Amino acid sequence: MKVQVRIKRFDPERQPQIWWSQHELEAEPSDRVLDLLDRIKWEQDGGLTFRRSCAHGICGSDAMQINGRNQLACKALVKEAGPKITIEPLRAMRVIKDLVVDLQPFFGMYRRMKPYLINDEALPADGKERLQSPAQHLRYDDTTKCILCACCTSSCPSFWANPEYIGPQAIVQAHRFLFDSRDRASAERLSLAGDILGVWRCHTIFNCTQACPRGIKITQAIGEVKRAIATGRLD
Amino acid sequence: MTQHHEFDAVIVGAGGAGLRAALSASGLIRVAVLSKMYPTRSHTGAAQGGIAAPLGNMEEDRWEWYMYDTVKGGDYLVDQEAAEILARESVLAVYDLEHMGLPFDRTPEGRIEQRRFGGHTRDFGAAPVMRSCKSADHTGHMILQTLYQSCIRQNVTFFDEFFVVDILIHNQVACGVVAVEIATGELHIFHSKAVLIASGGFGRMFAVTSNALALTGEPVASLYRRGLPLQDMEFFQFHPTGIYKMGILLSEAARGEGGILVNDRGERFLERYVPTLKDLAPRDLISRFIYQEIQEGRGIGGRDYVYLDIRPETINRYRSAPGGRTVTAEQLEQKLPDIIEMMRVYQGLEPMREPVPVHPTAHYAMGGIPTDVHGVVRAGPSQLAVGLYAAGECACVSVHGANRLGTNSLMDLIVFGRRAGLAMAEFCQQADFPELPPHPEAEVVAALERIRSGGGNERAGRIRTELQRTMTDRVGVQRQEQGLSEALDKLRELKERYQSVSAIEDRGTRFNTDLLETFELGALLDLAQVTAASALARKESRGAHYRVDFPQRDDQNWLKHTLVYRSDGVGASPTRGDLRFEWRPVDITRFEPKARTY
Repeated sequence: MKVQVRIKRFDPERQPQIWWSQHELEAEPSDRVLDLLDRIKWEQDGGLTFRRSCAHGICGSDAMQINGRNQLACKALVKEAGPKITIEPLRAMRVIKDLVVDLQPFFGMYRRMKPYLINDEALPADGKERLQSPAQHLRYDDTTKCILCACCTSSCPSFWANPEYIGPQAIVQAHRFLFDSRDRASAERLSLAGDILGVWRCHTIFNCTQACPRGIKITQAIGEVKRAIATGRLD
Repeated sequence: MTQHHEFDAVIVGAGGAGLRAALSASGLIRVAVLSKMYPTRSHTGAAQGGIAAPLGNMEEDRWEWYMYDTVKGGDYLVDQEAAEILARESVLAVYDLEHMGLPFDRTPEGRIEQRRFGGHTRDFGAAPVMRSCKSADHTGHMILQTLYQSCIRQNVTFFDEFFVVDILIHNQVACGVVAVEIATGELHIFHSKAVLIASGGFGRMFAVTSNALALTGEPVASLYRRGLPLQDMEFFQFHPTGIYKMGILLSEAARGEGGILVNDRGERFLERYVPTLKDLAPRDLISRFIYQEIQEGRGIGGRDYVYLDIRPETINRYRSAPGGRTVTAEQLEQKLPDIIEMMRVYQGLEPMREPVPVHPTAHYAMGGIPTDVHGVVRAGPSQLAVGLYAAGECACVSVHGANRLGTNSLMDLIVFGRRAGLAMAEFCQQADFPELPPHPEAEVVAALERIRSGGGNERAGRIRTELQRTMTDRVGVQRQEQGLSEALDKLRELKERYQSVSAIEDRGTRFNTDLLETFELGALLDLAQVTAASALARKESRGAHYRVDFPQRDDQNWLKHTLVYRSDGVGASPTRGDLRFEWRPVDITRFEPKARTY
């Protein structure tokens, strides 16, 4: 099938304003939008710039807006995107060039949540694993799947309104450790997440959940963190 | 403007090996970790099925059995001291990851749950054993995240999206790297006492591969260009179950949980070839048998693929799940969520109701930068380089020999990443800063300028496509002299053409992926040539290297490692292509080579 692709471009070394490039190419319905971008770059316009790596939805490099929705270009197929595809960089993030946005602030939010297990108690005397039941594992399993692609945070209207808001991704990290039975820093985590720029800025709009390419129930996770802050209990 | 930095050590690559090395070195010395992507984009994150360790949580298991499986799986080209270290240290390595917070699947008792995987057996080959520790089918993701989290906790210094274009070696001593800061295009010189390469694989030399687009191996090519040898490059693993045409990996865990491979007749054909382990035989054998089925006309509809069948009704009919127990669709969805989703997304199929088309996909380089068991790079059959370390897929220690077992790449990263990081820290604590060469960036700047202002008339993309086609068609699962010679001729032609690619279109400095992708292609061309030349030289079949014209293993003449050097000087630019071979004996301690049957 014939596909028309419009791409929002920005390269301050070429010109200060944004522009749109148009491309026409033959594609299979099962092609990934990423395949189209690669072919445009390799066959038509070497200057087209975007991030990509694994090409099957696990590395999180190629998050962008496809027809107005945040998606990974390697998980969006032509048959769903249709014969006219509009591609733009993620919203509310500074564009470095074409589809590449500045992720430093995003990873800054990640680091602010202390995204690591904190437990300074003695390890089991036999040197083996700490015990954790399948049910305890299941309690936080969903939020361990985050690939830090930024689809959620950049789809959040509260984040658009205030880029200082830590955003859904950082709260997903908080959830992942708060509900891990092995973690011992819940007081600290709850106070970080309950900060003035934290969970209470979430207005339960569900954009993040819809945007997540890993299917994480983000809004639910945020709700669980809110409840934990409100009640002081993790259950 | 070129910026200068000074660190005791530089780690190139932030996947599993680089991060594990950083964790063990960064408390002791000042370390910088450079990666051309954000660390969490690394391809370790794509590993699915698990990480092997004989914890014995499900059934009896012993490190000796694990070591034996690794040696036999590698068709006896494995260096056995390395395999013994891997097997012995694997148990603590897994507990260490758990202590860092890795969310392993659990048994009802709360211990780490384990599953079966290809080539892992109890009692020296008697039957499959549950040895793979895992988090559903995204174990690599959890390992990458956990190591990155631990690095943040430990305040490791990262330079994200810094693309290393040259490794500096002066007077035979490693002294740093040159990198491009991708966002700005600025050059940075990192002066250091030691450099550890952990840049992963280079499977993008093939047309059908499970490898990420980023896996192009330029740090490996840099060392080769600087005169160091590459080892056992003829051994490239083709994973049996890549998604048809796309090459995306469908984990062996699918078969660990009971899935089977079937041909056009609906026959579980592996029963004929490998009656003991069947669908859980090592990957080299299964890939070869799939090819044989296809060649004998038993591919599906006579075409070039077979079916992977994970329907519960099939698994229950064959009683192929662990212990012959009954499975449900719900259980499979829980154990294999990602690959089931990939089948749905990329193949548009419903794997609980229909089988999925698969064929072998280029997956893993057993060969690479030769090292000793401390990660120190070998400069020759019996000498070591000073200040150079390597770990992970880019390295060849050689724990995988001629064929890697599933789950062993992840354990390799953790065990040898840790050891290399420690050895490097110890070295840096007693070493002085070596001298940098005059104008350390000059050579690589010239190489980049040649790309930026080339005067030819074709695109790099075309050369890349021809390279990948050539490698898949001529240097794939089955090889023979004529095809390999043709491949080498073609590669020489492509290297000529590469020297005169047209000026790239992007003349800018910031985020110039046009320039960097073309630089990556140069590395792939060098590494492809070494791969094809090594395959032509080895006149026997062993592990993943199968020569139709020499179908038997020949221990008399070929129980040895291949070392390949360039023989046309040294520098930072792609090589012209004259090679020199040397050989290194295999380290055999416990297990004498014998016939490899399953």
